[in-house]
Amino acid sequence: MSSVTETMVKLTIDGQEVTAPKSYTILQAARIIGLNIPHLCYHPELSREGSCRVCLVEVEGARSLVASCVYPVSDGMKVHTNTPIVMETRKTVVELMLANHPEDCLFCVKNQHCELQEIAADLGVRKVRFHGEKRSSEIDDANPSIVRNPEKCILCTRCVRACSERQGLDIYCIANRGFNSIVEPAFGLGLDQVACTYCGQCTTVCPTAALTEKDDTQLVWDALADPDKYVVVQTAPSVRIGLGEEFGMKSGGIVTGKMVAVLRRMGFDKVFDTDFAADLTIMEEGHELLHRIKNGGVLPMMTSCSPGWVNFIETTHPEIIPHLSSAKSPQGMFGATVKTYFAEKAGIDPAKIVCVAVMPCTAKKWEAKRPQLNDSGFRDVDIVITTREFARMIKQMGIDFMGLPEDDFDSPMGLSSGAGQIFGATGGVMEAALRTAYEVYTGKTLENLDFKGVRGLDGIKESSVDLGDGVILKVAVAHTLRNAEKMVQKILSGEAEYHFIEIMACPGGCLGGGGQPYPTDTDIRKARIEAIYDADAHMKYRKSHENPAIKELYETWMGEPLGERAHHLLHTHYTRIEGRLK
Amino acid sequence: MEKLARAHVLVCGGTGCSSSGSKVIIPALREKLQAKGMESEIKIVETGCHGLCEMGPLVIVYPEGVFYIRVKPTDIDEIVETHLIKGRVIERLLYKEPATLETVPDYDDIAFYKKQKRYALVNCGHINPESLEEYIGADGYEGLAKALSMKPEDVIEEIKASGLRGRGGGGFPTGLKWQFTRGAAGDKKYVICNADEGDPGAFMDRSVLEGDPHRVLEGMAICGYAVGADEGYIYCRAEYPLAIKRLRGAIAQAEEAGLLGEGILGSDFNFTLHIKEGAGAFVCGEETALMASVEGRRGMPRPRPPFPANSGLWGKPTNINNVETFANVPSIMRDGASYFASQGTETSKGTKVFALTGKINNTGLAEVPMGITMREIIYDIGGGIPDGKKFKAVQIGGPSGGCLPEQLLDLAIDYESLTKAGAMMGSGGLVVMDETTCMVDVARYFLNFTQDESCGKCTPCREGTKRMLEILNRICEGNGREDDIALLESLARSIKAGSLCALGQTAPNPVLSTLNFFRHEYEAHIRDHKCPAGACTALIGYLITERCRGCGLCKKVCPVDAISGEIKGMHSIDENICIKCGACQTKCPFKAIDKG
Repeated sequence: MSSVTETMVKLTIDGQEVTAPKSYTILQAARIIGLNIPHLCYHPELSREGSCRVCLVEVEGARSLVASCVYPVSDGMKVHTNTPIVMETRKTVVELMLANHPEDCLFCVKNQHCELQEIAADLGVRKVRFHGEKRSSEIDDANPSIVRNPEKCILCTRCVRACSERQGLDIYCIANRGFNSIVEPAFGLGLDQVACTYCGQCTTVCPTAALTEKDDTQLVWDALADPDKYVVVQTAPSVRIGLGEEFGMKSGGIVTGKMVAVLRRMGFDKVFDTDFAADLTIMEEGHELLHRIKNGGVLPMMTSCSPGWVNFIETTHPEIIPHLSSAKSPQGMFGATVKTYFAEKAGIDPAKIVCVAVMPCTAKKWEAKRPQLNDSGFRDVDIVITTREFARMIKQMGIDFMGLPEDDFDSPMGLSSGAGQIFGATGGVMEAALRTAYEVYTGKTLENLDFKGVRGLDGIKESSVDLGDGVILKVAVAHTLRNAEKMVQKILSGEAEYHFIEIMACPGGCLGGGGQPYPTDTDIRKARIEAIYDADAHMKYRKSHENPAIKELYETWMGEPLGERAHHLLHTHYTRIEGRLK
Repeated sequence: MEKLARAHVLVCGGTGCSSSGSKVIIPALREKLQAKGMESEIKIVETGCHGLCEMGPLVIVYPEGVFYIRVKPTDIDEIVETHLIKGRVIERLLYKEPATLETVPDYDDIAFYKKQKRYALVNCGHINPESLEEYIGADGYEGLAKALSMKPEDVIEEIKASGLRGRGGGGFPTGLKWQFTRGAAGDKKYVICNADEGDPGAFMDRSVLEGDPHRVLEGMAICGYAVGADEGYIYCRAEYPLAIKRLRGAIAQAEEAGLLGEGILGSDFNFTLHIKEGAGAFVCGEETALMASVEGRRGMPRPRPPFPANSGLWGKPTNINNVETFANVPSIMRDGASYFASQGTETSKGTKVFALTGKINNTGLAEVPMGITMREIIYDIGGGIPDGKKFKAVQIGGPSGGCLPEQLLDLAIDYESLTKAGAMMGSGGLVVMDETTCMVDVARYFLNFTQDESCGKCTPCREGTKRMLEILNRICEGNGREDDIALLESLARSIKAGSLCALGQTAPNPVLSTLNFFRHEYEAHIRDHKCPAGACTALIGYLITERCRGCGLCKKVCPVDAISGEIKGMHSIDENICIKCGACQTKCPFKAIDKG
């Protein structure tokens, strides 16, 4: 980003004079005059590659066309973006990509969300003149979360860069060369054989359907159609923040009421809220933190609600396991509670309950399959679909989503506080925990509920809270696994003098999750964050422990936080994952 | 003090002569001399390449300068007994000019060498490349000593004044490149020697490294001093084991002698050199890919700017030149720029080494002044086309170059004229083709090479060259379509204009230049399903004509039993079985079998 003091340069683009910061590329400068140069490998949040050659432009004096996404502007530069050679080359490049791509757009999962398709249409590619060998490769879908179809890959390497630069994992690399080049995990292994965390960030940057979430929508349709099943659904805090984008809403719009309405129209027997379970998580995790502090437990304690993060620890840093809170994620607590507490209260055979979770996350699909998450006596959560899959289901039904009336969640597991709502944003779990921990520890009422030090998009945030009696609670928040790794290193080196650390695997937290609508970038994440805190500010209850439904659960059935029943149903353990290539 | 020998026997130890057998000649010669008690009289010197590789193994006897070719171990007795003892020249081992078939005893009278001006190759074949003393004896390291007495800026001015341009292909002015690196901000700078010679048939860099390694080290050290670098890398392909061995030896000697390392020649200039062996990817000759490879990353080019002069190896200002470029530097420094600048053309100064291969009598290396014509190189130096065949085209500039036809034989060669003609200087590979070469097949060969060597990073090169190759394949197989030429031209335009690095930007050149000069051959393939040169097997057939006497030899030689006929009766070929190997035609004593 340009600073105020940055040197500006003057150039002309298509005859129009443009003044742009010296650090700009031609592509960025063109945007100043409302010119969007088509591009594929370029991604605003990743390093620049200049390899797809779609964004080519002509610069007077240059020997060949240049990639505008990498070429820096300079004083006096004369750029032409639509000369005959530029237009021919750009179109041929896209044609060449299509010539090595399956011709199944009509029934591709990315149909109408595919950047290659959009660019081909925009550039007026009406036929492919080349018919020859195509890359042939097997689909990698042996994991619960992500489907990798190399035949649809255009080698833009956005996934390679996202995994490396955003998550620090380097799961993908380019193997072979020339026409045989392929993006794949080392040695051509499947994603289930390497240290992939299933965070799904690669699926959010892939311009085609080479990387997508695993589609579990048919499982949901089947359950809904089964008269012997009692199908309940829970929706994560971030789903209502992103879903509207799939239906033409500007990012940052919240569609809670319409979302509940559509789920009811789909035929779910109960429409519940993961936010309720988020409040429950705060009760358990908050008490666990205080317990660890009082009893000399392992500190810092780290959150465990992000499955990408949990997978990362179990696979890559098992030595950190003792730091993880034993509290299950909200999804897991919901599943265990709905098949026990709710089933008992409503008089339903828990064997008949199908628990469907709508999540912003691809790794939640993996979490639901964790062997230890069956404390209800059944699979706690049966089916997980992402926000994107959910949107596709709505479209399949032909429902005018935006025209739906607002509806309310069912009780008892539909009532939540603002603390549960802010789980979707980085720092949200921490803030929710602090609201409860402060009041539980001090017995005083918290005056200012907004812990702004843990909000926002800084990669690592630190804050502290004075609990009185000379006790200062030191906390830290990190999002993305690249920053998580930094935290792990701080712990391993003994530098981390915190009591509590929140980690989210995805940038911005769950609202930037691997299962959220396309596209996701910093501006979109910011808009979603604002929406979340705005919703929190307007909630009737803003502290988890004040949620009446939570109070009722503990008073009438669960007992005390960390109590015997809670321990059995709401806590879990972690194990080292062996045998994956790191 | 070593006793002065009365004669020197120079045995070529270059890769060409080594593979044709010079390795066994040296011990045989040594043994024979020992047996005769002459080991102190006669000195055996294993040299680098002489350039006339076609005639190897080469042996030259000084002081006379008698040039023996294709010497075998069985010839050693005679060389010792007849030449070294009796002083008689052995007629049968002398070189014969292909045109006149006259024997030429004296090295300097051979036409192959007469028109050459050996500047970068001056020591190659004449000194022992493993001896620092011999290099110094040939005025080696004088250029470095002189440079160190000058200001770095003045060294750069001298290189600029010489007009030296990059010999690796690009032809960028060397002095200017050095000036950019010198001017770049940064305390740490690097010099890299690009020895990733990869053009098919090109071996000039290898010959310099094998035959005169110190010259390259000296050139790099002068560059290091001029640009302000204290560390350098030589990126050499691992397929050049002899070059690497000689370089390692030379670096060790130079370090020992204080010509590399700390405080070189008593100055405060430090310069250390490392060798980085490459795995042989063609694309690693591209400077940004090369640097990625040195850094241990996948060898793929990146867009420029930033140029290496500003941000190169590990992000530091880096000057990259090719082997031959560095090999020119020591003499330019030692003798001043004027001699070099007096050679060549207005825009291309000095000499250039060309590797002559293909349908040419004198396969080998020739260093000639810029501005020489193709005709002089091919006919005067190269000795013309073998077997009385007709010249058709010369491919120049490696896979990125182009094919030039007969009407351009008198083109004076320099960077600009070649580019204008649709070829390029490249590293200087020259592949000569005669009338039996199919130009579509040639284009296909080079495209197959670039397609295979494409790194796969950018779309036009990765996908586009594949589609071009597929089109060329179908044309050669007789399945060409009427719009294929237009399709090739369209693809070529986009690949040239749109590729990320020079590999892709020049990959279509062989197709474009053959389309330019030999379009009728493409048309004959596509429209008439004929290969005019008779090279594309799918488009040729063998026919036994009335000249057949029924001897049956063809039937006997046919590997697939495609020929039938009775003795003394007319024979015939079953086209469905024939694999078009041509054995029958070669065998027929009556020239009764036609190819068409």
